[in-house]
Amino acid sequence: MIRLANGLGALLALTLPFWLANPYFLHVVIMAGIFGVLALSLNLLLGYTGQLSLGHAGFFGIGAYTSALLTLRLEWSFWLALPCAVALTALAGWLIGRLALKLRGAYFVLVTISFAGVISLVSVNWMELTNGPLGLPGVPAPELGPWSLRAKSAYYYLVLAGVTLSYVVCARLVGSRIGRAFLALRENEPLAESVGVDVTHYLVLAAVVSAGMAGLAGSLYAHYTRFVSPEVFLFTYTVTMVVMVVAGGKGTLAGPLVGALLFTALPEALRLATSWQWQMLAYGVLLVLLVFFLPRGIVPALAAWRERRAP
Amino acid sequence: MEQLLQHLVNGLVLGGTYALLGIGLTLIFGLMNLVNFAHGEFYTLGAYAAFAALALAGVNFFVAVLAAIAAGAALGALCERVLLRPLRAESIDTTMLVMIGVWIAMQNGELLVWGGVAKSIPHPFPTEPLVLGPVSIAPLRVFVFVLAAGLIAASYLLIHRTKLGRAMRATFQDRDTAALMGVRIGRIHTATFAFGSGLAAAAGALLGPVFLAYPSMGDLAALKAFCVVILGGLGNLPGATLGGLLLGVAEELGAGYVSSGYRDAVGFVIIILVLLLRPSGLFARQERIG
Amino acid sequence: MTLAVRDLAVQFGGVAALGGVSFEVRPGTITSVIGPNGAGKTTAFNAITGYLRPARGEVTWDGAPLTGLRPSAIARRGVVRTFQKTSVFPSLSVADNVAIGLHLRGTAGFLDVLLGRRRIRDEERHLAADAEAIIAFVGLVHRRREIASALPYGEQRLVELAVALAATPRLLLLDEPGAGMTSGEKDVVIELIRNIRGRGITVLLVEHDMRMVMGISDTVIVLNHGRVIAEGAPAAIQADPDVIRAYLGTSSDRS
Repeated sequence: MIRLANGLGALLALTLPFWLANPYFLHVVIMAGIFGVLALSLNLLLGYTGQLSLGHAGFFGIGAYTSALLTLRLEWSFWLALPCAVALTALAGWLIGRLALKLRGAYFVLVTISFAGVISLVSVNWMELTNGPLGLPGVPAPELGPWSLRAKSAYYYLVLAGVTLSYVVCARLVGSRIGRAFLALRENEPLAESVGVDVTHYLVLAAVVSAGMAGLAGSLYAHYTRFVSPEVFLFTYTVTMVVMVVAGGKGTLAGPLVGALLFTALPEALRLATSWQWQMLAYGVLLVLLVFFLPRGIVPALAAWRERRAP
Repeated sequence: MEQLLQHLVNGLVLGGTYALLGIGLTLIFGLMNLVNFAHGEFYTLGAYAAFAALALAGVNFFVAVLAAIAAGAALGALCERVLLRPLRAESIDTTMLVMIGVWIAMQNGELLVWGGVAKSIPHPFPTEPLVLGPVSIAPLRVFVFVLAAGLIAASYLLIHRTKLGRAMRATFQDRDTAALMGVRIGRIHTATFAFGSGLAAAAGALLGPVFLAYPSMGDLAALKAFCVVILGGLGNLPGATLGGLLLGVAEELGAGYVSSGYRDAVGFVIIILVLLLRPSGLFARQERIG
Repeated sequence: MTLAVRDLAVQFGGVAALGGVSFEVRPGTITSVIGPNGAGKTTAFNAITGYLRPARGEVTWDGAPLTGLRPSAIARRGVVRTFQKTSVFPSLSVADNVAIGLHLRGTAGFLDVLLGRRRIRDEERHLAADAEAIIAFVGLVHRRREIASALPYGEQRLVELAVALAATPRLLLLDEPGAGMTSGEKDVVIELIRNIRGRGITVLLVEHDMRMVMGISDTVIVLNHGRVIAEGAPAAIQADPDVIRAYLGTSSDRS
């Protein structure tokens, strides 16, 4: 039964541009996909190793800027710029991972915020590299041979590939010995150490993969909107990511994707009704309500509800 | 040399208010084990409260600051009672998330009420700067420093000379024993949060007229407050005071000699460096850990 | 395969929690460490297993030094400990708890996992079988799917034991395995510890329950005020005047 649902879902996803041709809806789906990758990346750190990073906008931005600059200034192909962006962001993740070894809880959160803050200030002030607040317009769209992936329907497939890749990586990690080590770190670190789990190694691994994935999202974003500015470091993005993961269900695989879809579609729906400030206000209130009423998130709540219904 | 002195003086004025922010947060963070990401929003609240008092009600400046403190403390107490007390058994991650939610809600609430355009807060002081030897300083800033110093002194008195303060210190040192001794932990939490938020609001009311008031002013303030807490060590009042002054001076020197664009980076960099090199704070006594 | 502790000392601030302790644990034996509260027993455990840095002294296992190593490295050498306060992975099931304990038996690295190698799938199946065996050994088969933190206290401590055993210890350090247990539960634990020794695993335990200690130990070491005051067979220890004085104190004892 599950197999059938999965197969159907995959079919729908693969043929989406054909039955959802409206460019506005395609845009929403593409953005949901990009945020889905971001949410999956944050979830790896927050949901599995239990470290809250509020600096993921920093990784997102590094990925976006690296990819944009390599294709704009050095005229590299997108297909080369993307892995480089991922690699550079992964390196930044390695740095954060090594920092995390000394810090836990609130202190780690503060360092991640500071990291994002410093990167943000650099992108605003280092005019020669990043063009400062004016940003980098004209980021080229990816090309696959003779075809340009500029059109939304084409870019959708690129994003779908990105989401699928990220999901598969997460699923494989989580279901393995590595995923168990992550959980051990989250649940009881001293106990994990006592049975031989090398804390250093696994925290750094989680940070590197998480950051690299966020960099992937950044690159996808840069070549979709074709404009990168210091606005990618806005704390709003981090907050949105956190809400997506927490609301969807941290520590699950489907949770972040559900959260991403919900919180990309919701603002668009709200935008038609009211202004952006009300939307952010609603986010704040929603976060508080979630912590009180659905502390584990939507996906686990649904799973628990289904279990209660079928004893 | 004169420039250096000028920077130092400016830094001390700024630092005094940073100390207020830091003292409030170190008490909250230290005693309640709460990562109060909404701390900056009480700062903003204070600034807007002062604006309302001065521009709209036309009261005198001193009263405006008091009004701001009252507003901050009241909202803080409410926040603690309604949102935090039910979650007291939860982990630090959960309460952190709630405070993030409050942060977002408050900031966008301010945005909706006051609009996004920065407001200039009127003050009764002459704009002609006082010249004291090689440095010149605006009378407003003198007032700010004096008031900040006064509030810091008042905080010390509260913590060390009153029954409430003693109860707070006991709870910070050993919660269970304090509870067994009859200290009402719930009340202490509410009082601590209200006190800390009131100090943050005071800082906002003091610095608001010096700069401008706008809805996102609290973000950087919050970060600087955390910076001060990290510099001084958790729950360490003299550390927070010194840390605040240090940060103010460091920022002024950084802005003056390096680049004004990177002024705010000073706080970030300090956070990163201190947490890497001396996580217990510059002024805390080193505990031996395994 | 001997554990040798030489002049181990630990300081907290200005206080010497351990003042230079020396003893040996012979392979294949059950050795108990006893002493009044605050004698330094758990501190010794923490120092031996890398959770505390000693001020001086040396710990060697099988001839190689353990001092200065991180706990996970020490576990890799076959030295595994349990904790005084119940220590499980709270929101995971019993089976998942034990699976984490089997960490060192697995070999899957990052690349292996990403590429989904068949070798890894085989390994997972072997590990699952190993987990079942260990869960059966401690008698928790009927609880394998339950969430660890939801179990009653006595069973949680069995989960702890199962997790430690999964890490394939050659030396097992048990910190108060009988604490807070009913007499029936303690009998189960005693039987398990005997079975563990029967499998060739050396056991070092800290305990307060004298019946347990005297009943299963080959050697008893007595600590007081951070020092060893007696060492020997259970009967000899029970009769030792220094030991009696440490527990009961004399009329002029001001500690």
